[in-house]
Amino acid sequence: MNFDFSEEQLALKDEARKFLAAKCPPDRVRKLMDEDSPGFDPELWAQVAEQGWLGAAIPEEHGGLGLGYLELCCIAEELGRAVAPVPFASTVYFFAEALLRAGSAEQKAKYLPQVVTGELIGTIASAEQAGAVSAANISAEVSGGKLTGVKLPVTDGAVAHHAVVLAKEGGKPTLYIVDLNGPGVAREAVNTIDRSREAARVEFKDAPVERLGEVGDGLALFEAINDRAAVLIAFEQVGGSDMCLEMAKNYALERFAFGRAIGGYQAIKHRLADMYAKNVLARGNAYYGAWALNSDAPELPIAAAGARISACDAYWFAAKENVQVHGGMGFTWEIDAHLHYRRSRQLALVAGSARNWKHRLVSMLERRNAA
Amino acid sequence: MDFNDTPEEAEYRAKVRAWLEENAPRGVKGASLGDEDESQMDACKAWQAKKAAAGYAQIRWPKEWGGGGGTTIQSVIFAQEESRMGVQLGGPFAIGLGMCIPTVMATADDETKKRFVGPAVGGETIWCQLSPDPAGGSDVAAIRTRAIKDESSVDENGDFDWVVNGQKIWTSGAHYADYGIVLVRTDPDAVKHKGLTMFWIDMKSPGVQCKTIHQMSGARGFNEVFFTDVRIKDSQRLGALHDGWNVSIITLMNERASVGGGGGARGGGAIKALQVAQKIRDENGDPLSNNSTVREKIAEHYVRAEGLRFTGMRSLTALSQGKTPGPEQSVTKLVQAAGMQDLAEFMVDLQDQAGIIRDPSLAVENADFQEMFLGSPGGRIAGGTDEILRNIIAERVLGLPGEIRVDKGVPFKDLPTGR
Repeated sequence: MNFDFSEEQLALKDEARKFLAAKCPPDRVRKLMDEDSPGFDPELWAQVAEQGWLGAAIPEEHGGLGLGYLELCCIAEELGRAVAPVPFASTVYFFAEALLRAGSAEQKAKYLPQVVTGELIGTIASAEQAGAVSAANISAEVSGGKLTGVKLPVTDGAVAHHAVVLAKEGGKPTLYIVDLNGPGVAREAVNTIDRSREAARVEFKDAPVERLGEVGDGLALFEAINDRAAVLIAFEQVGGSDMCLEMAKNYALERFAFGRAIGGYQAIKHRLADMYAKNVLARGNAYYGAWALNSDAPELPIAAAGARISACDAYWFAAKENVQVHGGMGFTWEIDAHLHYRRSRQLALVAGSARNWKHRLVSMLERRNAA
Repeated sequence: MDFNDTPEEAEYRAKVRAWLEENAPRGVKGASLGDEDESQMDACKAWQAKKAAAGYAQIRWPKEWGGGGGTTIQSVIFAQEESRMGVQLGGPFAIGLGMCIPTVMATADDETKKRFVGPAVGGETIWCQLSPDPAGGSDVAAIRTRAIKDESSVDENGDFDWVVNGQKIWTSGAHYADYGIVLVRTDPDAVKHKGLTMFWIDMKSPGVQCKTIHQMSGARGFNEVFFTDVRIKDSQRLGALHDGWNVSIITLMNERASVGGGGGARGGGAIKALQVAQKIRDENGDPLSNNSTVREKIAEHYVRAEGLRFTGMRSLTALSQGKTPGPEQSVTKLVQAAGMQDLAEFMVDLQDQAGIIRDPSLAVENADFQEMFLGSPGGRIAGGTDEILRNIIAERVLGLPGEIRVDKGVPFKDLPTGR
């Protein structure tokens, strides 16, 4: 057994951390949010593409580095730590993974090289209303190769070029690729709780589509893609959680009250110890997910659920308690605690709520026990 | 990252599994530490002897000391397979082999080591660890048990007697232990940590009296141990005079290193919880396992237990590569103990009125969850309370300031005792 990343992978992670510390400091994220910008940083996006990160796990035949998912997990952790305002998750974990998982040879050849270079921003459009994505909650309909319906919210939907859309064809859930700049697509950005990540309402009216996978396979594929994305997002969450703990610890050491550093008081110490404990559990669960993803193990769905549930719990706790440890300063715009507070919720919802994942996990355990 | 056994590990696992299939005792119920009855104790000793003869007791220790001359990974594989077979008979030896004997090995002369190590590995002798005084608790070094040199007892070799008076408490298994290691105050004029010395002691020495403590769970696994004019030879000293605190840290470090991790069943008690919830009906006659709240709670327990299992594997990976494990293992006991109490309360609650039944013949799952309910408060206290563990994580892992200490630099005898 070797339950750790290799020296090379850790070196890549270290390099990514240094790169993002230089190119994506927190004040840049805050400034972007101030400016009422498109919710992403095009300059940083270009630099990320230049690093080759977009293609870390995309095979060389499609222009990627073909490294693997463990390397992608290392990058994800650092993007999460930096609260990077880029459509990385939408493009790489969802759009590219959907193609790798369900795309034909032609579709892969057509889209993946553009993902690698950063020319193509991709996303996934599944939800239409409040509540978990399910067959009953999908109204978008494809008929005669044309899609009609409304998707809300679509993360990065205002800046993406293409989306994988979950819709029904003859009542059967199916995935499609849609050119968001093509005819029959109207989109507008919506205000969200995490202003460093954009989202849109996208309306389709007889928009031409390209089918991804078989008719009727839509939900199964959607779940499989979500499993993969959940592991990668868990690494972003673990990176964010660790950063929150670091911020809280540093503040607790430098802030003095009643004659001593507040980090000397047990009310603060114990809170940080609890943060650390949750972060450790989340990291362990995320590592298992990484192993399952990278080796395409049959345990992947269970591992992904564990990674997601644990990471959602850790990041939420770390983010909210980081604000609390900072006291009044934590509630101000200038202190970066709110960046993580927002992002922790954005990541906890973008691949479906932890509540829903808990139900899924228990269903899988029931099936495993019965077997 | 490779989650599977290497070919060598797989081969070792197969070998161990075959040996266990042939040799492991079946149907012997394990007991909690210190609470074994006579027949359980016989089974424990027999099993330990069998393992030692085959090189499976203390797998990591050199063969010359009765060990198996193996690796850390091998010892973890054995523990995993042993637990898979449901054999839980190592309890009486855990403290001796995990803490006392390593201390003896690190500090005693060859003759003493030869006398004690082999028999302890083979399960012939049982050891206990006599550290905290009643006045100490979490403040372990606040030891009042006093050793005074008897000047009149010096013999021709320069050896002499220490006369020990005082009391130890929370000593697991003292009532059946043959030997113990005991930390006593040899210099009350020094500051708290400086005036302590460690000795080994024969538990049958005149003046040693054990009294089991009646626990809230009903068990009697640990003891008060009273010392009345007990004579201990200076040649029984482990480490230097007044250096007992540092010696006790060796003991602690060994305990940490021996925490293998990676063992334990998938999902801890959550799988059992799910099976139980499937059998209990709600007010509409549906299985409770269909209830959303119940499902969410089971998922949380599963994920927490798995997080601990994977954390153990991370530490194990470091050990097997010859590296020092990171500090992540420090959360294990804190998370596990609180989680167990939480699970017990949840599972007893699921049973509604029947949850109060502790009679194994009538209760759900032979009253396992009722036992867990009554036993789990101890888990949050023993071996470092939740509060002390949080302090340790905050100070040693995160680097936050220590507690304000009013006892620093004060001779031990001058410290206020509150009474």
